[in-house]
Amino acid sequence: MNRLFLSAIFALSFFFMQPAAMAADIEINTPAISAIKNSMQARHNQLAPHYTSGAVGLTRDGLIAVRDAKAVPLKDRQSVNTLVAAENKDRNALYKEIAIANQNPQWESDIRNTFAQRWVEKAKAGWWYQTASGWVQK
Amino acid sequence: MKQHLPATLLALSLASILSACVTINIYFPAAAAEKAADRLIDEVWQVKERNGMSEPAATESETK
Repeated sequence: MNRLFLSAIFALSFFFMQPAAMAADIEINTPAISAIKNSMQARHNQLAPHYTSGAVGLTRDGLIAVRDAKAVPLKDRQSVNTLVAAENKDRNALYKEIAIANQNPQWESDIRNTFAQRWVEKAKAGWWYQTASGWVQK
Repeated sequence: MKQHLPATLLALSLASILSACVTINIYFPAAAAEKAADRLIDEVWQVKERNGMSEPAATESETK
């Protein structure tokens, strides 16, 4: 009886400890995340020329912003604003969904900060990004 | 003595359960998050496809 009780407790404690070990990996392969990723991928071809021209830059909070509207022909300015708004909506949803997919909604700001750094790290030379002291060209 | 053993074990396992829960809530796997972010950014910006193997395959079909 005593042995049964003992092994039951051990089994129970291992069951509870497992999620802690699994938490070392970050899950990004859920249908919700894939849908956002595909939407951003499809938009990137339209945004890329604006990153290159400097019209659009990467912000410190993992989003993008119009930093020099004059770099865009007048007739295209509205479409750039629409692109930026749609991209930021996807990015906000992405950070939130990754936190939820990993059972830790409170990680959203950590995930946002991680992405903010990695977007800049992976940006091409000539693209603009925001620092504490302002816009910088990579 | 025999009577105390289950109680001690219970207390120990409760403590481990509790610490495991605290670990899940506080610990943010920064390195894993960075890798996951890199993978996702590569896909969104199509970094791999531009420098990778899909381009030779595309030019091959173009020359036909």
